[in-house]
Amino acid sequence: MSDPGLVLTRHRDAPDQTTLAGYERVGGYGSLRRAVQMGPDGVAAQLKASGLRGRGGAAFPTATKWSFLPKDIFPRYLCVNADESEPGCFKDRVLMEEYPHQLLEGVLISAFALRVTHAFIYIRGEYRSQRELLERAVEEVYRAGYAGGDLLGSGWGCELIVHGGAGAYICGEETALLESLEGRRGQPRLKPPFPAVKGLYGQPTVVNNVETLSNLPFIVGQGGSAYAAIGTEASPGTRLFCVSGHVERPGTFEVPLGRTTFRDLVALAGGVWKGRKFKAMQPGGGSMQILGPEHLDTPLDFKAVADAGSSLGAGALVVMDESTCVVNVAMRLVDFYRHESCGKCVPCREGTYFESELMHRLEAGLATRSELATLSDVCANMDGRCFCPLGDTATWFVMSAYRMFPEEFESHCDAGGCPVLARQEVAV
Amino acid sequence: MAELSTPKEGTGKLDAATIRRITDMKGKYPEARSAVLPALWAVQDQFGYLPPWALEAVADHLGLLPSDVEAVSSFYSMYFNHRPGRHVVQVCLNVSCGLRGSDDVLAHLQEALDLDAEGTTPDRSFTIEGTVECLGACGGAPMMQVDRYSYENLTPQSAFELIEQMRAEEGRRK
Repeated sequence: MSDPGLVLTRHRDAPDQTTLAGYERVGGYGSLRRAVQMGPDGVAAQLKASGLRGRGGAAFPTATKWSFLPKDIFPRYLCVNADESEPGCFKDRVLMEEYPHQLLEGVLISAFALRVTHAFIYIRGEYRSQRELLERAVEEVYRAGYAGGDLLGSGWGCELIVHGGAGAYICGEETALLESLEGRRGQPRLKPPFPAVKGLYGQPTVVNNVETLSNLPFIVGQGGSAYAAIGTEASPGTRLFCVSGHVERPGTFEVPLGRTTFRDLVALAGGVWKGRKFKAMQPGGGSMQILGPEHLDTPLDFKAVADAGSSLGAGALVVMDESTCVVNVAMRLVDFYRHESCGKCVPCREGTYFESELMHRLEAGLATRSELATLSDVCANMDGRCFCPLGDTATWFVMSAYRMFPEEFESHCDAGGCPVLARQEVAV
Repeated sequence: MAELSTPKEGTGKLDAATIRRITDMKGKYPEARSAVLPALWAVQDQFGYLPPWALEAVADHLGLLPSDVEAVSSFYSMYFNHRPGRHVVQVCLNVSCGLRGSDDVLAHLQEALDLDAEGTTPDRSFTIEGTVECLGACGGAPMMQVDRYSYENLTPQSAFELIEQMRAEEGRRK
C-alpha cells in the first residue's frame, strides 16, 4: 500500500486520506499511540535520531528547536505555521488538502512530547477552503478522543485550534505569527527572547511548519533512523518540492534529499516546456537567489545549494525558459515585498518601495544606468539591516539576477525598453 | 478617539449566528483578544465587509477598545472596509503565474468587465482585487481565486467563461 522511499506521500494511492477512517485504515494515529507508550523523552530521542530540519525555510534542526524550551515552565504552546505564502510554494496546501490527518497526528505527537495543552494551526486567510477542511478533520479528532480530554489514558490532553489569518505574508515570520495569534497587527518582535523562551502570551512556545510536523507520524512509527536512512547524512529524509513556471507538468514531487538534483526535479515535472531551452531557476521560493544552468546537477542538499549561492528555502523550484525577462520577474517579486512589508522598520518600508518604483521604471525603459547603481546601493543598505528577514530577502533575487544577467538589466536602460521581449517579437 | 477615526456609517446588528461564533471563539483561546481575527471573519461573513459600527461591537464582545480592533482590521488586506461586489476576483500575478500568462488573463477580464486595475462592476456582481499575494497554487498557474475557490490552468478565454457562468447562475437564482 505504501511506496518505499516516500514519507509524506507514501499513502498517495490509498483512498479517503482526508477522513479519519481512511487515515486509520493505513495505520493512522498508530504513531500517536506509540508516542504515548514511548513517553515525551522517547519521542524527542526519535526526532533527534531522524535529523529532521525545519521545512519552513530556515532549515533549523527541529529536535534542537524543541530542546530550547525551558524545563518546568508551563503553560507552553505549540503553533503550527500554515501561513504558506512564499511565492512559488504550495506544498503545505497539498499536505493539508490531501493528508490533513497526517498533519494532525504530527501535531498531537508533538504536543504530547512537548507537554503543551493548546496547539494552534495558523493558516493563511486565502486558504479558506483548506481551513474549513482542517476544521472538519479537527472535529473528527475530537470525536475520536484524540484531542480534548485525557489522551489514551496518558493523563494528558490537548486542545487543537485552527486560526485563520487574513492576508499578511509577514505572519509567516514566527514572531509576527505570534503577534497575530494574540490579536494584534502582524509585526515581528525583537529576538531574543526567542519564542522558545518567551513566545505566545509570553510563555515558552514552539513554532513548526506544516511539512515539518507531517513527518512526525513516520518518524515515531518507523523510527528516527529509518527516516534518516532516506536521503543523506547531511540532508536526511525527503522533501515535497513545488515545481512551477516553464515546465510541462508543474506540481509537487516528494524526493529524497541529497540523492536528487535540480535536473531530476525538472525532469519529474516533464522538462522545460514547449521544447525550449532552460535559462535559470529560483529554488526555495520568492526570497531566494537565482541559479543558472551550471547548477542543474547540484544535489538537493542544504549545504550544496548554499555553496551554489542560494537555498532550498521552503521547497520551491521556479523554472524560467530562454524567453524569460529576468527584469520582469524581479519586478514582480519586489512588488510583492513592497505590498507585504509590514511597515515596522524603515529600511524595509522605504527600501521595498524604492526597489519597486525603480524596477517599474527599468522595465518600462525609463531608468538610467546611474539608477541601477543606486539600486545596488539601496539593496546593500537593506540586506542585513532590516528588522526581520522580509526586508533582507526582498533584495536577494533582484541582486542575484543583476549579478547573473548584468547586460539584461543595462540593456533595459540603453534600449529604452525590454530587449528580451523585443527579440522575441522579431523572432516570431 | 474612536469617534475621530471611525466616521459613523449607520448602525446595524450582528445576527445571532455571528455573535455565537464570536462567543465560541472567545472561549477557545487562553486570552480573549486572540479572538479578534476570527471575530472579524464572522462579521465579514455576515456583511461582506466590516462596517465601522461593527468594529465597536466586536470590541464590546471581547472587552477591547474600538481602536484595538481597528488597528487589526486595517492591517490585514483581506478585511474590507467597503462593501465589495458579490464575488471577489483575485488574479495571481506573482512569478509562477506571471511566467505562464497571468497578465493576459487579468487584462482580458478587465476589458470584458470594463474595469481598471481594480474595482467593482456597476451591477455589483464582481470586484477585481488589484494586488494579491501569491495564492499558493503555482502548480496550476495561471490561476485566480474567486471568493474562496481556486480556478487553475486558465486561459484569458476560460477565465472569462467562468465569470460568465457565475453571472448566469446569479441570474437564475434571482
